[in-house]
Amino acid sequence: MITVNNLVKVFGHLEVLRGISCHIEAKEVVVIIGPSGSGKSTFLRCLNQLEKATSGEIIIDGINVTDPRTDINAVRQEVGMVFQRFNLFPHMTALQNVALAPMKVRKQPRREAEKLAMDLLERVGLQDKIHQYPEKLSGGQQQRVAIARSLAMRPKVMLFDEPTSALDPEMVGEVLEVIKSLAKEGMTMVVVSHEMGFAREVGDRVIFMDEGLIVEEGDPEQLYTNPRHQRTRLFLSKIL
Amino acid sequence: MDFRFEVIMRYLPLLLQGMKLTFQLTITAVAIGTIIGLFVSLCRIASFKPAAWMAKGYVDFFRGTPLLVQIFLIHYGFPQLFGMNAFPAYLSGIIALSLNSGAYIAEIFRAGIQSIHRGQMEAARSLGMNYAQAMFYIILPQAFKRCIPPLGNEFIAMLKDSSLVSVIALQELMMSGRIMQGRSYRPFETWVTVAMLYLVMTLTISQFVSYLERVFGKDDHGE
Ligand SMILES: Nc1ncnc2c1ncn2[C@@H]1O[C@H](COP(=O)(O)OP(=O)(O)OP(=O)(O)O)[C@@H](O)[C@H]1O
Ligand SMILES: [Mg+2]
Repeated sequence: MITVNNLVKVFGHLEVLRGISCHIEAKEVVVIIGPSGSGKSTFLRCLNQLEKATSGEIIIDGINVTDPRTDINAVRQEVGMVFQRFNLFPHMTALQNVALAPMKVRKQPRREAEKLAMDLLERVGLQDKIHQYPEKLSGGQQQRVAIARSLAMRPKVMLFDEPTSALDPEMVGEVLEVIKSLAKEGMTMVVVSHEMGFAREVGDRVIFMDEGLIVEEGDPEQLYTNPRHQRTRLFLSKIL
Repeated sequence: MDFRFEVIMRYLPLLLQGMKLTFQLTITAVAIGTIIGLFVSLCRIASFKPAAWMAKGYVDFFRGTPLLVQIFLIHYGFPQLFGMNAFPAYLSGIIALSLNSGAYIAEIFRAGIQSIHRGQMEAARSLGMNYAQAMFYIILPQAFKRCIPPLGNEFIAMLKDSSLVSVIALQELMMSGRIMQGRSYRPFETWVTVAMLYLVMTLTISQFVSYLERVFGKDDHGE
C-alpha cells in the first residue's frame, strides 16, 4: 500500500529525514515511536505531502506522490490525517466539520453528506453532539470528531500523529478505542504513538526512529521486550 | 458670547447635503476597498512571487504617501500624462479613496489570515481540498471575524480622510462647511456643526461595528 524509498527531508541546514525506506502492506497497522525531534511528524507529513520531500520516492496505492505531476489533492482524498491538536474547524459544528469535505471535494449532495456525517459521528459515539461547536467539546470528543472527519473521505490509509498526547489521561482510552475499531476493520494505518498497550494490541509492526533514520523495526512484542539496538533500549527505558 | 443658533438652522440643509455625499463617498470607497483589499491580501501571501511583489508595491505606495498627493495625482496628474480631460471630481474622489483604503484593508486582511493557526490550512488540505477551497471555506470565514474591529477603524478613518477630496471641489461635508463659513462669516457655528455631523457619523459606525462583533464574534474561540 505504501512504499518509501530513501526519503530525505531537509529544512534549511537541518537534515530531518536522512534516508527512510520502508514498505507498509494494505491492512497493516504500523506504530512509529522515537524521541522528540527524531522526525516522526515530518515523516507522516511527507506521506501526504504537507511537506515536500527533498529527495526520495513515496508510492501510495500505486501512485507516486513525490512526482510533481501527480494531482496531490486526489491523493490526499485517499490518505486521511489526524493531528495531535485536532485542528477542527472552530466556526463549524461537528456535523459541518465532517460533512464539508465530502460536499466540496467529492461533490456529494448535502443530504447525502450529512447522512454520512451522522453515521460516522454515531460510530465514534458522538450522536448526541452533532450540532455542537468544537469549543463545547472535550479534547477526547474533538479528536473523535476529527477522526470522523477524515473517515468521511473514505480514505484507504489513515495517518495519526500522536492522536492522544494532547489529551487528559481519562480521555485517551475513548480515542484509542475508535482507532482500534478501525484496525479491526482492516484500515491501513500509520500511527505515531507512545501508547505501548495500544501498539501491542493492534500494531502489526513497530518502527523505532531516531535522528531521521529507522533504527529498528519489528513485531511489537519483540521490539518492546527484546530490542536489538542499544539506542532503542535506551529510549524504551526512558518512556517506560 | 456671540452664538447664533439661527445661522446653523439656515445652513443646515447645505451641510446635510454635504454629509450625504461624505457618507456616500466613504461607503463606496470602503466597499470597493474591501474587494481590492481581499484580492491584494491574497496576492501578498501567494507563493507566486511577482504577484506578492506587486501587491506589496501597491500597499507601500498608498500607505506611504499622503492621500492628498494621491488625490492630485489621480485628478490632475494622470489626465495630463495621457492627454485626456480630467475625470469628474466625484469619480477621481472615489478612485483615490478606494485605492487608498484598499491598501489599508489589504493589510488588515493579511494580518487576519496570518493569525489563523496553520493547522487549519493543513487540516483542510489533508482532506483533499485545494488551496482556494481551504481559503474560502476555512481560513477566510475565521479571519473575517477577526477583521471586523480593524475594518471598523478603517471605515472611521476613511470617513474623516474623505474630507480631503474637498480640494478637488467635491462638495462633501468639509467643502459645505467652507461654503457656509464664506457666506455667513460665522466660523464658530460652522465648524462646531460640521464637527457634530462628523461625530454623528463616526459614532453610528462604531455602534454598528460593535453590533457586528456581537453577532459574528460569538462562536469564535480562536485557535
Ligand atoms: N517547518 C519546519 N521548519 C524547520 N524545522 C522543522 C520544521 N518542522 C520540523 N522541523 C524540525 O525537524 C525536526 C524533526 O521534527 P518532527 O516534528 O518531525 O519531530 P518529531 O519526531 O515529530 O518530534 P515530537 O515527538 O516532538 O513531535 C525538529 O528538529 C524540528 O525542529
Ligand atoms: Mg511530532
